[in-house]
Amino acid sequence: MEERKYQSKYKRVGQRYDRKDAGEKVTGQAIYTYDLEFPGMLHARCLLSPYARAKIVSIDTSKAKALPGVRAILTGEDSDILVGLYMQDKRVFSKGETRYQGDVVAAVAAEDEETAERAVSLIEVVYEPLTPVHDVDEALQGDILVHDDINDLKHYVGVFFPQKDSNIASWNKSKKGDLDTAFAESDLVVENDFSLPAVAHVPMETHVSIVQSDPYSNKIKIWTSAQSPFAIRQIMADSFGISETDVEVHIPYVGGGFGGKAGIHLEPLATLLSRAAGGLPVKVRATREQEFNQLPTRAGMRGRLKTAANNDGTITAVQAVYDWDSGAYADYGVNVGKTAVYSGIGPYAVENASIDSKTIYTNKVFSTAYRGFGHLETHWAIERQIDILSQKLGIDPYEFRMKNLLEPGDKTMSGEVITVSSGSPKDCLTAVVKEIGWTGRKTEEEREREWKTGKVRGKGFAMLQKAPAMPANTATSVIMQMNGDGRVKMMIGAVDFGQGAITALAQIAAQELDIPIEHIEISAEIDTRANPYDWNTVASKLIFLGGNAVIKASREMLRKMKEVAGQALRTEPENLLHANGEVYHRHDPNRRLSYKDIALGYMYPNGSGIGGPLIASGSSIADGLTNLHPETGQGNPAAVWTFGAHAVDIEVDVETGDITVLKVASAFDIGQVINEKLVYGQICGGVLQGLGSALLEGYKFNKDGQLMNPSFTDNKIPTMKDMPIEIVPIYIENPQHNGPYGARGVGEHPMISIPSAIGNAVYDALGINFHVLPLSPEAIVLGIQSGRKSILCTDVDCLPGRL
Amino acid sequence: MDQEKDCAMYTQHIESGARKVTLELTVNGRKVIRDIDPSLTLLHFLRDELKMFGTKEACGEGECGACTVIMNGKAVTSCIVLAIEANNAQITTVEGLAKDGKLSILQEEFISQDALQCGFCTPGVLMSTRALLDSNPNPSDEEIIEVLSGNLCRCTGYIPILNAVKRTVEREQKELGQ
Repeated sequence: MEERKYQSKYKRVGQRYDRKDAGEKVTGQAIYTYDLEFPGMLHARCLLSPYARAKIVSIDTSKAKALPGVRAILTGEDSDILVGLYMQDKRVFSKGETRYQGDVVAAVAAEDEETAERAVSLIEVVYEPLTPVHDVDEALQGDILVHDDINDLKHYVGVFFPQKDSNIASWNKSKKGDLDTAFAESDLVVENDFSLPAVAHVPMETHVSIVQSDPYSNKIKIWTSAQSPFAIRQIMADSFGISETDVEVHIPYVGGGFGGKAGIHLEPLATLLSRAAGGLPVKVRATREQEFNQLPTRAGMRGRLKTAANNDGTITAVQAVYDWDSGAYADYGVNVGKTAVYSGIGPYAVENASIDSKTIYTNKVFSTAYRGFGHLETHWAIERQIDILSQKLGIDPYEFRMKNLLEPGDKTMSGEVITVSSGSPKDCLTAVVKEIGWTGRKTEEEREREWKTGKVRGKGFAMLQKAPAMPANTATSVIMQMNGDGRVKMMIGAVDFGQGAITALAQIAAQELDIPIEHIEISAEIDTRANPYDWNTVASKLIFLGGNAVIKASREMLRKMKEVAGQALRTEPENLLHANGEVYHRHDPNRRLSYKDIALGYMYPNGSGIGGPLIASGSSIADGLTNLHPETGQGNPAAVWTFGAHAVDIEVDVETGDITVLKVASAFDIGQVINEKLVYGQICGGVLQGLGSALLEGYKFNKDGQLMNPSFTDNKIPTMKDMPIEIVPIYIENPQHNGPYGARGVGEHPMISIPSAIGNAVYDALGINFHVLPLSPEAIVLGIQSGRKSILCTDVDCLPGRL
Repeated sequence: MDQEKDCAMYTQHIESGARKVTLELTVNGRKVIRDIDPSLTLLHFLRDELKMFGTKEACGEGECGACTVIMNGKAVTSCIVLAIEANNAQITTVEGLAKDGKLSILQEEFISQDALQCGFCTPGVLMSTRALLDSNPNPSDEEIIEVLSGNLCRCTGYIPILNAVKRTVEREQKELGQ
């Protein structure tokens, strides 16, 4: 094991500090929502629909109610409350009709979990099963509507576009140039479909919420395992018709999120149960099975691409249609669909392009944000398509990409102009291709020779890009107070659920204030009554927006310190400098005060004081972003792009179909490393999640729309045996002009384009183009046995081969 | 229907006034005696009876390793071990790793190698590792991977965990003379 080399030019920013929360987490002291108990607390269990779509004919709760220890039972008859992030389309309890297997039909709050579970089993429901909408094609036909009230659903107008009398929750579009002419005049036109199934986030702590609803006021107190306390607060207030101030959200440690806890989930249900139980706190915790089939997933997606290129290697046109199998409710899904219209052609300069992205309702478990949402999916399509184009043109895939990648002066899909400070996709690609020793594609002869050994090596690479997918006015804030000992208490509204936010932001504050990072007091726990506002902890936006807010707050703190110190030292504040926890006169360093001497106000020798406790704040809002034009998709959606590339070296066992990942080289233009240890952690974790999507994960539904694999037994995530033998992180540091110390976000990016890089390497190894994820051993073997060069479907039924 | 039958049996068991049994065991060196319901799992005994919340549940069916504790020197997934199976046993949980107010080498290396992010799987990973190193102080990479493949972690990608375990092995050999 080698130590990785990284040297920062800064004293604290860029240094490899241990994460601040680590000590509590290795000693069992870290408390999660799952661990919390309150006096009188009840436990809830849900009754889920066993059908993908069914009419609820009757519900009889009498036997359940009679069970001792049961304190409240609710069904769709008891509440009409609708919730939703961008579209208010989800009832807390199904009424009339269930929309997916997992929809909540009833819930019980009881004195313990066992009683609640038993009561649920005593609820008698008569269903009339209805034909479900299975997939995007059926949904687009529109014969059955998942939401027959789609025309009336309250939604975020001007950003999302539900289509009348259809299953389309939002149809987002972008276009530029002249596609028809480009297709007619180009040397080569290639059309392909690519798809991938829904997958689960799998946070190790399942969704869990505790709510106490005050029976004597509007007050609702929430403790929850969630990423976005202020979004929960706002949505709860909207849905329940109360003030945001009435909603108090506490976030203890969170056992993983990955986007799955970005929205609002079990909180409204627990609220209604608490109300029904006279205001006692109610805890509702998803079992692992419910985490798979009740809580949201990443949507399945099909991308249909038509691309044109000239023999000189110029990509002339891209036409993309992305159809998202988004399940029963819109949740974050419409926003996932929206990202596709500005990011869905990858980091390439293409003059003629159009993207149609439809977030589509089906009768399946609904979908939400998942790490880099919209990007792993569209990049699976576009980066495989680019590889296939280069095959057909007979051009090396590295050269082909280098010819078309964005560079300063080029325009993105939505028309933003790339500058030197946007970062460099080319630097990333060049670095990873060099790292894996790319010398060009294998020849057929080389493949055949290796085939005889039973194992074939392959190399491949893929580009990625992502900017935070967020509203144009996204904002965050920071409050700082100096403690009496000269250390600094810092409060943020974003959640550290393992990505390292509190450590990285503390480093920026420590750098600015020039005090040790240990002197920054910052908690991972959030309480909306005390912590300042943050929009959502999503989108890899926190280093950028939050880092800038920390810098503003720190500089305000320094200004206020120097005002007080100036008076005390009888000089102008501009004569004062600061270092190592002290303020001193620039020409006479003997005139100095330590931070603690002014923290709570400076006291003169005679006891009188000036100044008072030092408090500072910093706010940061995305600058210059706009909503996109509804038809052309032109506008400014991206506060900051982070470009990257992965290159992989794999070995395919041609007998078993197993893929061994020998090496992954990953480069990201992150502008400035804030903490190398944390960035490396994001890369290792993201790459392995990407490998999960690439090689093994995926929801399987039966013909009735029921989920077949809601457990770790049948829905595997990578274990230590699946980790690559080697991951080489490469940090490219072309600074972002408005980023904190030039930094850009990188939390989500490592996951994006891992599947496409693997898919491209599989082509290099086998000479077969796979179009469907996951590239499981079965899929690989079936692909090999089919004798085809292009595998469009990996279901056993649709592969006529030698089986 | 079977479900109804199971339910009736369960009701009967509950209504018969569930017989309690006496459990005696040692947890992190401390002797514990409790009267418990015989159907209680070791995980729930630790959490609900002893209020030791360091041990986590993430699947409840022995698939993910988050609830791993050491029972008589062996790593067990406490969510599928009945508490009564631990009668007279020696149990070590994550709360028992640090001694005399000082973190163990294993814990220090998990911190310094950043072998955790959200931290929810961490207690289980630490206990699986501890059990491995107690029985095999100098494991090969393959042996570490074999054992820890029973502990799911969604955050770290495992490489930092493997690095931390290898560093622990090196330091324990050197500092504890193992």
